[in-house]
This record gives sequence, structure tokens and C-alpha cells, in this order.
Amino acid sequence: MKAWLQQHLAALVRAARRLTDSPLSALLSILAIGIAMALPAAGYLCLDNLKALGANSGSAQQMSLFLDADANEKTRADIEKRLEALLPGQWRFISRDAALRQMEANEGMAEIVASLPKNPLPDAFILEPDDADPEHLEALRATLGAWPGVAHVQLDSAWIKRFDAFLRLGRLAAHLLAVIFAAGLIAVTFNTIRLQVLGQAEEIEVARLIGATDAFIRRPFCYLGVLQGALGGLTAALLLLAGTLALAPPVSRLAALYGSAFVLRGPSFLHALALIASGASLGWLGAQLSVRLIRDQ
Amino acid sequence: MIVGSQIYKRYPGGFEALKNVSFEIAGGELALVGGHSGAGKTTLLKLLSAIERPTSGSLVVNGQNLVALRPAALPFLRRNLGLVFQDQKLLFDRSALENVLLPLEIIGLAPREAQRRARAALDKVGLLAREKTNPIALSGGEQQRLAIARAVVNRPTILLADEPTANLDEESARQVLDLFIAFHQVRVTVIIATHAPQGLFPGMAARALTLRHGMLIA
Ligand SMILES: Nc1ncnc2c1ncn2[C@@H]1O[C@H](COP(=O)(O)OP(=O)(O)OP(=O)(O)O)[C@@H](O)[C@H]1O
Ligand SMILES: [Mg+2]
Repeated sequence: MKAWLQQHLAALVRAARRLTDSPLSALLSILAIGIAMALPAAGYLCLDNLKALGANSGSAQQMSLFLDADANEKTRADIEKRLEALLPGQWRFISRDAALRQMEANEGMAEIVASLPKNPLPDAFILEPDDADPEHLEALRATLGAWPGVAHVQLDSAWIKRFDAFLRLGRLAAHLLAVIFAAGLIAVTFNTIRLQVLGQAEEIEVARLIGATDAFIRRPFCYLGVLQGALGGLTAALLLLAGTLALAPPVSRLAALYGSAFVLRGPSFLHALALIASGASLGWLGAQLSVRLIRDQ
Repeated sequence: MIVGSQIYKRYPGGFEALKNVSFEIAGGELALVGGHSGAGKTTLLKLLSAIERPTSGSLVVNGQNLVALRPAALPFLRRNLGLVFQDQKLLFDRSALENVLLPLEIIGLAPREAQRRARAALDKVGLLAREKTNPIALSGGEQQRLAIARAVVNRPTILLADEPTANLDEESARQVLDLFIAFHQVRVTVIIATHAPQGLFPGMAARALTLRHGMLIA
């Protein structure tokens, strides 16, 4: 076990030495991998942010249930009971008087409200269902609309649907981008490792002649691919972080203009780990394909 | 113990480099493979180290029949052989010490122990003071001794050397041959291919295997 570990450690050291032997080309490969990984990762990050933005705006999951103008206390109590059964704790009542007072509080509305002969607003319930799935909301709207005493249920479902479809499309595009760039990353690793193998042909030949196994010969090249991919993943994470840091202040300022406290989210520690891990595994794959070409003599 | 019987070696072009060669070399023996240029000396050594395979016949080295050797077993056979090649095959991208370390890295020896053994091997061939030197900066005789250090650092039971004194002056050749004598004396089987076996080891009981046009004549 210890010997096994030692052999792998030695291979890792040799791989690192091969990287640092030609620092410029190593740096360029790592940068190429980093950029290739940063692009789809930036796409995913954008989608995450958009989703957060959608959730942030709240109204997306909000429904308004308006009662008939002539609805009485009993109808109201009835609906309250039904709502509590259907959506426990996910609703609140706004009486027509409260709604009017809210309206009055808005700038410039006080005179208009004062000039009205009587309160034109109906009693209303604001619903915030936990399950914000657009199809579920649509079904809910139909159910509630059929209750006696309910005049109208309003749901900004068109907007939610469009937003949802957009996110879905974006996710698909990001997946495609990820697949394309993953293939590119494998190709880049394949090529750098192949060049390394050709450059080390003499050492490979000698090592074989003095008793090296295939595994011994291939191991440092595989580690080289893994190392290069991992460093590429790290580069991608750093690029994303730099991008977010540069974009966060203007985005926050823009959001503030819309009265939102939205903050741009950068890559998390977990994202960075995922990038490094996928870089390492894709590098390993590229290296594996490349070392398969090493043949006896 | 090495036993070859009725070995034929035909190269892909159709040239028959060895014909009906049979011999026995006991453990610890000193054997000299002689013959003119093109007689088949290198070919015989390549068969012994499983770099080439006999076309027919059988060849048993350390109890393993090389004719039927599985590819996976090859590295482990080689680890018990010390090979000194006609063109040495030193690596010029690293120091003398690192050249000698390579066989030890291959068997996965701990770095500290590997360093100790590689230095001991360099010391044995009189090159310890040059351990940091790139082999390209060594003289022909020193390169040959470095190649020997790399061949023996694994403590092989059989040492195979192809023309180890070609291109060396008398003094360097003597140093190299004295090394082989030293290994022979500690019961390592030493097999040396040379076109001029006469007088290489004066006063020693060396086994002579002489080839002519691929046939063993003595
Ligand atoms: N790979 C090969 N393919 C075809 N023919 C070969 C090959 N290797 C050697 N030969 C031929 O086999 C014959 C024996 O070659 P070998 O190298 O064994 O001779 P040698 O005794 O070592 O000669 P020298 O003293 O010049 O090194 C030569 O005629 C050579 O041309
Ligand atoms: Mg020869």
C-alpha cells in the first residue's frame, strides 16, 4: 500500500516537473482550458442569477383573489376556511378598507381617493403558494375561480411561463455549450499529452527496456492531464470570480433603480470545486486516449 | 541458468540472422559472444533480453521460456537483467545520478533508498564525483561506465553487454572490463558480445560462444 502510494506520488511529481519544464506552453494550455470551461460555467451562473432574480421579485408566485363587490361576511369566512384547508398559511386577507388606505398612501393618490364617492375596491386575498410551478398555479387559478363569491383570480402566469421557458432554453444552450467545450478540452489534453509522449520517446523506450510496465510509463502522462485539467478548472473559477466582481457593483446599482436589493452571485466554493473536478476528469480522459497510442517500440 | 536450443531468428525482411543455435550458460558464468560484424551477436543478446523473439527453437532464461512469454511478464523479466546497449541509450535530459535512478523508480523503491543505491552504483564505477553531470559531458569511457552503473543498480542476476569496449582506448577499456570481472566474481552471470574476444580477460576461464554467419561454431 505504501509502495503503491509512493509510485503514484512519484508519478505526480514527474508530471508536475514536466509541466514546469515548459512553463509557457503549460500556461497557454491551462489558459485555453480555463477559458473553455469558463464560458459554459458563466452561462450556468447567469441562469442561476436569473432564477434568483425571478424568485426575488416575489410577484411571480403571487396570486390575487378578488371577491364579488357585494360579498358578505359569511361568504368571506367561507372562503377563508376553504383557503386555509387548501393553502395553510400561504394566504392573507386584505379588506377593501385596508386596500383603500394602502392606495391613499401612494404618492398623488390621496386626492383621487378622496374624490371617489365610495370605495370601489373589493375585498381580496393575496395568495403565495409554496408550489410555484406554473402549471400548478394555473390549475389553482381555475379551482379558485369556480368558488362562490369569487369575482376574479389574477395570476401573472404568462410572465412566469415566459420566464420559465426562457430559463429552460438557456439551460439547454448552456448544456450544449458545456458538451462542445468538454470535447474541446479533451482534444486539447489529447494533443498536449501526445506531444509530451513524442518528446519523451527516448525515455519511454529506455524505460521499457529496463523493465517499466505500461502503467508506469502511462501514469505520469495521465497525471499531467489531470493536473492540467484541474489547473484549467481553477483558472475558470478565477475568471468567473473576476467577472462577477467586476459586474456586481453596476448590476446592484441597476437593480436599485428598480427598487430591488438583488446582488449578483459569483461562483461558490462548491462551484469552484466542481470546475476543478470536471477539469481533472476531462483531462484524465484526454490523457487516457492519448497514452493508448503509446506502443511497444 | 540460460538454455537455448535450436534457435532460429529470421528478421521481417527474410534475413536469417541466427541458424540452429544451441547453448547453455550456467549461473555465474562469464561468457563471451564473438564473431565478425553481422555474425548475429547483437541479435543473440536481443533474444536473451526478449527485445526480439526467436522464430523457432526455445530459449529459457531464469526458468522462463522467452518464446512463450506473456507481454505482461516482460517487464519483470527485464528487471532481473542488466542491459548495456551497443549505443548505451543514456538519457541526455538529466544528470548521471538521475539516469541511474530510473531503474529504481521503475521498481518503485522509496526515494531515499533509491538515492543511496544509485550513489553506491556510481561509486562502484568511479563516477560518484560526477553525479550531477549531464552524461553528454562525460567521456566515452565514462558514459560506458555510467551505462554499466544503470544496468547493475537493480542487482540483476544476468548482465548483458553489447560491445562495451568498442571506441574506448586501452585504459578506459581496462576499467570497464575490470567492472565486469568484479560482477562475475560476485556470481552475476556476465555475457559480453564483442568482435575481438581474444585476450579480453587474460588468465580467466571465460566461456566462448563464437558465431559465424548466424551459426555457432564454438
Ligand atoms: N532489425 C533487423 N532487420 C533486418 N535485419 C537485421 C535486423 N537487425 C539485424 N539484422 C541483420 O542481421 C544480421 C546480424 O546482425 P547483428 O546486429 O546481430 O550483428 P552483430 O554480430 O551484432 O554485428 P556488429 O558486430 O556489427 O554489431 C546482420 O546481417 C543484420 O543486417
Ligand atoms: Mg552488434
